[in-house]
Amino acid sequence: MAKVLVFIDNPGQALKKASLELLTIARSLGEPAVAFNGELHGGVAEALAAYGAQALYRPSAADLDDYLVGPKAAYLAAAVQAAGATIVLTENSAEAKEIAARLGIRLGAGVITDVVAVEPGGTAHKSVLAGSYTTTANATTPVAVLTVKPNSITPEPAVTGTAPATVTVDVPETAVAASARITSRTEKAASGRPDLGEARIVVAGGRGVDGNFGPLEDLADALGAAVGASRAATDAGWIGHDAQIGQTGKTVAPQLYISAGISGAIQQKAGMQTAKVIVAVNKDAESPIFEIADFGIVGDLFKVLPQATEEIKKRRG
Amino acid sequence: MEETLKIIVLVKHVPDAQFDRHLTGEGNTTDRSESILSELDEYALEAALQLIEARGGEAAGHRVIALSMGPAGAVNAVKKSLQIGASEGVHLSDDALAGSDAAATSLALAAAIRHLGADTPADLIITGMASTDGETSLVPAQLAERLNLPQVTFASALELDGGKLSARRDGDTHADTVEAALPALVSVTDQINDPRYPNFKGIMAAKKKTITTLSLADIGVDPAQVGRSGSWTAVETAEPRPARTAGTIITDEGDAGIKLVEFLAAQKLL
Ligand SMILES: Cc1cc2nc3c(=O)[nH]c(=O)nc-3n(C[C@H](O)[C@H](O)[C@H](O)COP(=O)(O)OP(=O)(O)OC[C@H]3O[C@@H](n4cnc5c(N)ncnc54)[C@H](O)[C@@H]3O)c2cc1C
Ligand SMILES: Nc1ncnc2c1ncn2[C@@H]1O[C@H](COP(=O)(O)O)[C@@H](O)[C@H]1O
Repeated sequence: MAKVLVFIDNPGQALKKASLELLTIARSLGEPAVAFNGELHGGVAEALAAYGAQALYRPSAADLDDYLVGPKAAYLAAAVQAAGATIVLTENSAEAKEIAARLGIRLGAGVITDVVAVEPGGTAHKSVLAGSYTTTANATTPVAVLTVKPNSITPEPAVTGTAPATVTVDVPETAVAASARITSRTEKAASGRPDLGEARIVVAGGRGVDGNFGPLEDLADALGAAVGASRAATDAGWIGHDAQIGQTGKTVAPQLYISAGISGAIQQKAGMQTAKVIVAVNKDAESPIFEIADFGIVGDLFKVLPQATEEIKKRRG
Repeated sequence: MEETLKIIVLVKHVPDAQFDRHLTGEGNTTDRSESILSELDEYALEAALQLIEARGGEAAGHRVIALSMGPAGAVNAVKKSLQIGASEGVHLSDDALAGSDAAATSLALAAAIRHLGADTPADLIITGMASTDGETSLVPAQLAERLNLPQVTFASALELDGGKLSARRDGDTHADTVEAALPALVSVTDQINDPRYPNFKGIMAAKKKTITTLSLADIGVDPAQVGRSGSWTAVETAEPRPARTAGTIITDEGDAGIKLVEFLAAQKLL
């Protein structure tokens, strides 16, 4: 059976849903093991066992977070060798993709990013050219490295749990030599709303919001949604850059995307046009966003959104 | 103190996203007939130009070399870079390169960068944050690995002081300051600057600048290592996603918010 190694960088106090998805996919492909970096809290160890991890690998070095990408790739390459893995799964964040990139060179392994599904034989499904094509791809090398988007599968624990042993993997001394150092870190304030990449519903605003995201936040909270934005809104400084959706921001594929005061430029569409249902509110009937909206309202977002929020609250009593 | 700076900027010739883009042929590779300089690489070029201009520019011996790998048309990305302000251009072109994935692309580009640094190694390699066609952002990290250079990627601010580089990198949950010694590989985001447009003077000046064409033989790469046969991934199938079509469009008559909620309820999205 294929050995599948899931990389989890800093699992924290509890595993993210995206990590549970990777473990679920790993079990469908073969025998799962986990390589992590950072601390392993009790609850996380229990979850890894419940999801069927056969072995856990940890780095001999505790300072991998002080460097950008290179040393983590060196560690992961050593872990893949220790595990004898032929498939490596990581999340699809910018940093995880870069770790996968360098791991690929170290192992002579093909890397496929933005994967949304993996067949039992390892064939990966993804969409390309801003969601205009869906493709299947394979790594032609002995080892395949796949970075998988969140919300690709429903996480399920294993039928029978495991009691995995932890193995320490030696990180080569040379790993940090030609590396950039992270000299300071500023944590960003958490919004308390769902993570944009994982949210089931996204409410996004653009230049039409004119500096006031209040009506969008109210609607988002009524729906349990995340708040996103166009680049015009993030460039104006009305909301953080991490809320940007599009070619140079995040790609989201929620069940529902509500776009308000956004014209629908090609670079914005690149990040949202694979959403299941798109609702658009824009005062300009000629706006290109209406070409892809399942439900479009030609109107003023400052009137339409508050009314919708009220109606939702009323229905919920 | 840094002396004269030699910066290589990687510029890719990509299909214009304003038109419909297609995958064609046996290997499902990208159709490059309507192509332009990737707009994300304009930020890389601008970052390089600002670094040398702050130090006296070409007059002080600093150089920005624009390097593009791609078929014949890719020379247009190099020409545009020269018009914008690069000092010289290099076009890596070879039929055997067609269909290269990120691993094969980074192998060829790494060899080209070594070739261009045979006499004086480059101090900085600057790339865009992603190509607007491949969108993988794999190439910069793979180049850092292949060239054994510090990787300073997704920089939204960049400073260079006495051979030491300092950059800001924004993540979802935190923002980092990253430092490295030269030589280094940098990729920049679209937050870093406002790229300039070529002006008349730049367009005229570009006509006198040199473009060197390199083949795989020139840079010592075996054709079997690149292209579709040398790639480590293969695209098996490609299906155009049915274009989204417009649904119901209504004009607000005072009750559109309620109609919106009715729509969500009917779609079981509440
Ligand atoms: C290299 C590059 C990368 C880019 N990356 C991205 C990206 O990742 N994401 C992104 O979004 N953009 C990106 N862009 C920018 C993109 O091209 C557009 O400029 C941007 O998406 C426009 O944002 P907008 O729709 O909010 O603003 P506009 O195009 O100005 O549209 C504002 C809309 O609001 C409507 N409006 C105004 N007031 C109201 C109101 N009261 N009620 C209802 N509607 C109202 C107007 O009718 C208009 O349609 C990128 C551009 C470049 C060059
Ligand atoms: N064929 C190429 N020629 C020149 N530069 C390239 C090429 N492919 C990728 N790059 C550089 O690598 C960056 C990231 O590309 P990618 O990894 O394809 O998303 C681009 O912004 C370019 O700077």
